[in-house]
Amino acid sequence: MERQLTCIVCPRGCSLRVTLDADGKPAKIEGNACPRGETYAIAECTAPMRTVTSTVKCEDGTVIPVKTDRAIPKGLVFEAMKIINATVAPSGAKVGDVLVREILGTEASIVVTGKKP
Amino acid sequence: MLDAVVIGAGVVGGLVARKLCEYGLSVAILEKEADVAMGATRANSAIVHAGYDAKEGTLKAKLNVRGSEMMEGVARELGVKYKRNGSIVVGFNDEDRKTLEGLLERGTKNGVNGLRILSRLELLMLEPNIGEGVTCALYAPTGAIVCPYELCMAAIGNAMDNGALLYLEYCVEKITESDGVYTVSSSDGRSISARYVINCAGVYSDEVASMVGDNSFSVKTRRGEYMLLDRECGSHVSATVFRCPSKMGKGVLVTPTVDGNLLIGPTAEDISDKEDTSTTAEGLARVRALASEQVSGIAFNKVITSFTGLRATGSTGDFIINSPKRGFINCAGIESPGLSASPAIAEYVLSLIEADGEKLTRREDFVPTRKPMHFFSELDTEGKNEVIREHPEYAHIICRCEGVSEGEILHAIRTNPKPTTLDGVKRRTRATMGRCQGGFCTPYIIDLLAAEMGVDYTEVTKSGGDSRINLGKTKG
Amino acid sequence: MKYTLKENGYVDLVIVGGGPAGMSAAVAAYDAGLRDILILERDNSLGGILRQCIHNGFGLHRFGEELTGPEYAYRYEKMVREREIPFMCDTMVMGIDKDRNLTAQNSEYGIFTLKCGAIILAMGCRERPRGALNIAGHRPAGIFTAGTAQKFVNMKGYMPGSEVVILGSGDIGLIMARRMTLEGAKVKAVCELMPYSGGLARNIEQCLNDFDIPLYLSTTVVEIHGKERVTGVTVAEVDENRRPKPETKRYIPCDTLLLSCGLIPENELSVGAGISLDRVTNGAVVDGDRETSIPGVFACGNVLHVHDLVDYVSEESVIAGRAAVRFIRGERGEEISLTLKTDGKIRYTVPQRITRVEDTTVYFRVADVYRDKAIVVRAGGAVLIKKKKQKLAPGEMETVKLTAKMLGEVKGSEIMLSLEDA
Repeated sequence: MERQLTCIVCPRGCSLRVTLDADGKPAKIEGNACPRGETYAIAECTAPMRTVTSTVKCEDGTVIPVKTDRAIPKGLVFEAMKIINATVAPSGAKVGDVLVREILGTEASIVVTGKKP
Repeated sequence: MLDAVVIGAGVVGGLVARKLCEYGLSVAILEKEADVAMGATRANSAIVHAGYDAKEGTLKAKLNVRGSEMMEGVARELGVKYKRNGSIVVGFNDEDRKTLEGLLERGTKNGVNGLRILSRLELLMLEPNIGEGVTCALYAPTGAIVCPYELCMAAIGNAMDNGALLYLEYCVEKITESDGVYTVSSSDGRSISARYVINCAGVYSDEVASMVGDNSFSVKTRRGEYMLLDRECGSHVSATVFRCPSKMGKGVLVTPTVDGNLLIGPTAEDISDKEDTSTTAEGLARVRALASEQVSGIAFNKVITSFTGLRATGSTGDFIINSPKRGFINCAGIESPGLSASPAIAEYVLSLIEADGEKLTRREDFVPTRKPMHFFSELDTEGKNEVIREHPEYAHIICRCEGVSEGEILHAIRTNPKPTTLDGVKRRTRATMGRCQGGFCTPYIIDLLAAEMGVDYTEVTKSGGDSRINLGKTKG
Repeated sequence: MKYTLKENGYVDLVIVGGGPAGMSAAVAAYDAGLRDILILERDNSLGGILRQCIHNGFGLHRFGEELTGPEYAYRYEKMVREREIPFMCDTMVMGIDKDRNLTAQNSEYGIFTLKCGAIILAMGCRERPRGALNIAGHRPAGIFTAGTAQKFVNMKGYMPGSEVVILGSGDIGLIMARRMTLEGAKVKAVCELMPYSGGLARNIEQCLNDFDIPLYLSTTVVEIHGKERVTGVTVAEVDENRRPKPETKRYIPCDTLLLSCGLIPENELSVGAGISLDRVTNGAVVDGDRETSIPGVFACGNVLHVHDLVDYVSEESVIAGRAAVRFIRGERGEEISLTLKTDGKIRYTVPQRITRVEDTTVYFRVADVYRDKAIVVRAGGAVLIKKKKQKLAPGEMETVKLTAKMLGEVKGSEIMLSLEDA
């Protein structure tokens, strides 16, 4: 079987053609311009991962941008949003501050990415 | 009890209220919308017609010519932008030329000064971008442009500064009369009593008249679609360019506005929905096609917005300004040239009240002038810096495209008639009206409105009612 | 660092705009040895539009890692602060003249004039508004450009809608489809007038496909419904002349319409100064140093042409920053004068002129989606470069690199870029 993917690792957005073996595991990957495309294709066919970006509420009522500091399983994105929506950042939060550690049993933490508006 | 109630806060209602105020009557203005100038006044051609168009002997002709004479003075008193840019009616053939000669004759009878017929060559000297097929034109040097909603807001603000009351979202539902006192009730249970009721309800004026038993006329709603072009196109023509009326129809007008944009339109379509301000693809295509015949080289890729205006067309063919019942005065069917005539309509209404036996004298303490809403932008650099030293918020630009500062927006929010909506701020300051159409500044203006009104960010609306801009918070 | 106006108002280099382009140009100018630099920023903080682009995907080229917009901006802000390059926020530049006098205003100084040794224009771009699209119907609340919605959601913390249709498949629209979905809204459709998307393929994958949001190509919004708030839109497919096909009309109920129909460089200041603009890019015509038609006035970033990657904005701004320093030092002179021309398939190039013999990267976009073509660069009858490409699309900026050696050997005054069968 074959799967067509668009690589999301970089803005180049390579079209990947993945040939899957009988177990559904990627056997051959074509179309990638760099090795990261291959890594992406394998992950996408076995355990797709996504970085989540959003905002959290601050104590003073404003919002501040955050992200998961690494990709999490794609299936956990909306679960991660629940945690992000329930989080309140201290008013003095700065870029790089960790707000919630290792969410949902992953190694990803919610970190502050920007200044307050 | 008040002396007078004016129903409808359009340009006619506004100038009538101000005139009654000036002559010592206590006045309330009732408006069904969340802001003033929301009906025909909101969107029209913004033209002060010279007065050659209306048939001699009609109220339209008489009040148009008189209003056109008065407009410059009224605009000056109220601090409203006005420009006498002249108007041109273009013709495409010999038949049109005859029609133009007829208009010249009619205009001269109506008392319009300076009318003359131009050849194509003479016309090109005035307007180099005139359409290729144009062969002749009627030139009216007294034609002018003014901003209708600015005039309306200034008139109502000035009336309020002199004691008039304004009730918004007051939708008149019932009018009763007893012993010469009218009680005007709203659909939400409010009522106000007065000895005089002036019906300036625009497309609803027939319905209001019928509340006192006057069914002598009806009003049709006529829709007209317009396109507004970027300010870099505002000098494409200097005069207002009309098309000679013919069996092919009336054409559209192409005109600069007092704010320097180029305005093109309108179409004319009778509709049954009195509030249908939608635009249509067909209508806008028609505007474009007609305008291109009259004026060449219009940069239609510089259209920044399109909109629809609604005109109240009366069943008599003339303005319907009368008193069907003692104390009740209609100002109905005020279609074109209604804006041009509006100062004269106010004067005429006053004369009807006087004819009724009311003793009227001009109030000595009446202040006819108003600080222009655009006072800051008209200052020189030194003058601006003087204001900024006192009020630093005048240096903080909120609307980049139109160069409108926080100080100017706050001034508008705090000045009668106070805006409560985003569109209200827009019409008073031009903020959001530029080429980005509010893309950058809308979030900041909402901040200012919410803070001044003491409401939550999500409660600020675009134009009242259910027109909320934000529906909730992202984080509960 | 705070800036104190000098009595005579002179500044070596004034940079208009403190976004990624302006900051990058400032840092490059500083690193080239210039010290008298001033950045003027209209918003209340440095960072520009990146502050509201809280999604990731920035910085892979420039920093070798994936950053969010605010993180990317923050890195540059740190560089500006470490170098103590002065900047003024909440400061709006109102006008520039051909003698490089610049008028600006802020609450501290009121309206003031600066005499500038050189100026770098880095004002960025704005979105095409609804009016320019002439969609029929009412004008209710609930119609926003994608960027305005982004500001509400990401910076203000408000939701401008709950059921959303997006017109235009520009990157901001795609990004907002995902953002609104994550924040609890239902994005019902993205409609694109053209037969191809205006955004990056990766954004279609991760912003639409991840959330099963349909993308309808060759489809547009023909009517907006609702008098007070949007209640729905009518969409229709379009024919090859982009005219709606009436028989394909269908109604989609929604309370919000987001527009992502293109970006326009903000060149009001440039027009006011009399700078020649390129009719295709809507930005200034520049040479390899990003110098405009007014000597000593440079332009870089999205005010020059709309980029799809901020990394390229930074790269271009370094060129402008360094060139401005050379101009101030009187080290700039035209060595050659070459004009870059394109065939119809390549819509434009930046730069449009080359005046110096040095390695020069030429950025360009194509007019349509093309497969298996070669980018061919010719001069004086000779082929300088032939580069094969599997796929080219208008949404993705392309580059070719002209070496100093090639430029030194060019005969004639023109370089021609064309797209030919591979």
